[in-house]
Amino acid sequence: MSNAASTVPGPSTEVRPSSARGFFHALGLDTRILGMVAALAIIWVGFQLMSGLTGPTHDPLNGTFLTAQNLYNLSQQTVTVAIMATGMVLIIVSRNIDLSIGSILGLTGYVMAMIQAVWIPKTLGLGFDQPYTWLVALVIGVALGALIGAVQGFLVSYGGIPAFIVTLGGLLVWRGIVFEINQGQTISPLDKNFLLLGGGPTASMGELGSWVFGILACIGIVYSMVATRRRQREYGFNVRPMWATALLIVAGCAVVLGFVAIMVAYPWPPGLATEYAKQNGIIEPPGGLQIATGIAYPVVILIGVTLAMTYLTTRRRFGRYVFAIGGNPEAAELGGINVRRTLMMTFVLIGGLAGLAGAVQAARLQAAVTSLGTQAELDVIAAAVIGGTSFSGGIGTIPGAVLGALVMQSLRSGMLLLRVDSPIQDIVVGIVLVAAIGFDSYVRRRSGR
Amino acid sequence: MEPAVSPSQTPQVAMNRISVAFGGVHAVENVSIDLQAGEVVGLVGGNGAGKSTLMRVLSGAHPADSGEILLDGKPVTISNPRDAKAYGIETIYQTLALADNIDAAGNMFLGRELRSRTGALDDAAMESATRQVMGRLNPRFKNFKVPVKSLSGGQRQSVAIARAIHFNARILIMDEPTAALGPAETTQVRELVIQLKAEGIGIFLISHDIHDVFDLADRIAVMATGKLVGVVDRHAVSKDDVLGMIILGKMPGEITETEVATVLH
Repeated sequence: MSNAASTVPGPSTEVRPSSARGFFHALGLDTRILGMVAALAIIWVGFQLMSGLTGPTHDPLNGTFLTAQNLYNLSQQTVTVAIMATGMVLIIVSRNIDLSIGSILGLTGYVMAMIQAVWIPKTLGLGFDQPYTWLVALVIGVALGALIGAVQGFLVSYGGIPAFIVTLGGLLVWRGIVFEINQGQTISPLDKNFLLLGGGPTASMGELGSWVFGILACIGIVYSMVATRRRQREYGFNVRPMWATALLIVAGCAVVLGFVAIMVAYPWPPGLATEYAKQNGIIEPPGGLQIATGIAYPVVILIGVTLAMTYLTTRRRFGRYVFAIGGNPEAAELGGINVRRTLMMTFVLIGGLAGLAGAVQAARLQAAVTSLGTQAELDVIAAAVIGGTSFSGGIGTIPGAVLGALVMQSLRSGMLLLRVDSPIQDIVVGIVLVAAIGFDSYVRRRSGR
Repeated sequence: MEPAVSPSQTPQVAMNRISVAFGGVHAVENVSIDLQAGEVVGLVGGNGAGKSTLMRVLSGAHPADSGEILLDGKPVTISNPRDAKAYGIETIYQTLALADNIDAAGNMFLGRELRSRTGALDDAAMESATRQVMGRLNPRFKNFKVPVKSLSGGQRQSVAIARAIHFNARILIMDEPTAALGPAETTQVRELVIQLKAEGIGIFLISHDIHDVFDLADRIAVMATGKLVGVVDRHAVSKDDVLGMIILGKMPGEITETEVATVLH
């Protein structure tokens, strides 16, 4: 592999034989992430074949998993778990746990529904569907989640109560409050703008919007790769080979544009398209009006959260400190890091993310129910851990956790497609979780030598 | 080696009547010790003598229950490691205090990260600086991108030492700096101590190895069971004298022939 001459003593990177490992090393990609992508591919192809075999034609090539519709649904279903999993990474990396996020999601979702369906229109008498309603509800919901996180985080880091206990208590308390707010009634309908957070054909970017989004994303990939390369060159070490940079740009753009193409290939359901045609005075062509759905808005939110959390984790002091605390709490303290405040902030962060997930979830259901987010904490923890976050602390990545959420959701969605009973689904997910972690710690032990 | 400065000068560090108790146990009891600029004071004593605890007070890792610290004659309050670093007191801990999951540059700048205008971590600048320090300290060091967990004991030690010397320390505390090192690396650390001393840095050197202390220290402070036995000029005593102080907890003049006999046999 090629290296720029280093200006300081010592060659920057040792030359490795041209092997698979050297290849991935040059790409600078985490092999764990690549492993997860491979696992995901196996799961997807497996479900595709099995759904074909068990389908009406019994043809393995005629599966229903890898269809635009199913992948669109999968992208939407992954959002809430993935949003919270990005926060769970920091919690677990710093050797804590948060069992309360399902209940925080439930409470914030319920409160946001109350704001738009009861408190603003009725209690304050301002009426439904005001232009500001969705934003007021969302901001209060996220702030409430962050506040709950702050209370729990304070008890953990300043009160010295184990996070397991504090958040187990939180799981009960916040869920209990949901039932107390409005006698546990289902709250609906919700504000029409707020519903855009939930996705569905009417809350997606459409054909043009999706392609514009995709192209902007590609420009972003090129820009960040080139900027990284320029910075590395400035200091004269660890410059990624040109071919590797080019390959990463091509691969990244291919993934983005492929995703856009699939989302755009999913048309609006015929009934909805007909209704839309009627409302807008369009005469439906024979065979029905074809409207491309495009990327769902909640998926855009998830992409934004993933980028922001990745930046926070890898490029900001806060993220560095969280990892240092996870690696060696004493060293962090002796390094002058305010360990308690940092730990408290991780809980504030996941609380706010649970609030955001609550908004997406309530908008998706178009209502708030008392069971909103029940057991979400388990999926979130599983997603983070399958995504490579280590319970011994100090190790984990945001993109890994999002991929972990996608793996979890793919399993659930695929089994649903195969009409596997819910208890059996739970059994499979449980076994996969333990097996994934078992495999991971086995690999870690072997490479640790 | 003569002390670099005359003893009449205001000491760079003066710790006066320091006491630390853990529960009912007096880990450090009424200890006073001082350090001149460019001087090496060796701190010796058995396990649990209170050497490390005394130094943890100076590095801000543990608060003293009573006593005062003077830097250049002025009383200061050191209540956390950040305070100590702000006064130019750097510490190489016996445990090294490295975050195992982070690379060398991340550890070297831990708590003092270099940042770009946007406030983002400037990893390239930190790695560049780390490469420069390491080039001076341990030229064979090459693993800049891996977590320090996968480094050898000697390499980890160099990271901890690099961290202490990179930030223009005025006062350096070295707690068993050669404990994990092979002979070649130990020699390197010794040369470093001599070099830093010549630059006018005051050094507290905690060591089990009495030879280390005799080779490097100007004065030797002996502690036993939390108390200071005494501080002696290295040239005025023999190694046996110091051993006697460590084991019997008495100054050389106070030790009887029979006591010496018990120690030596």
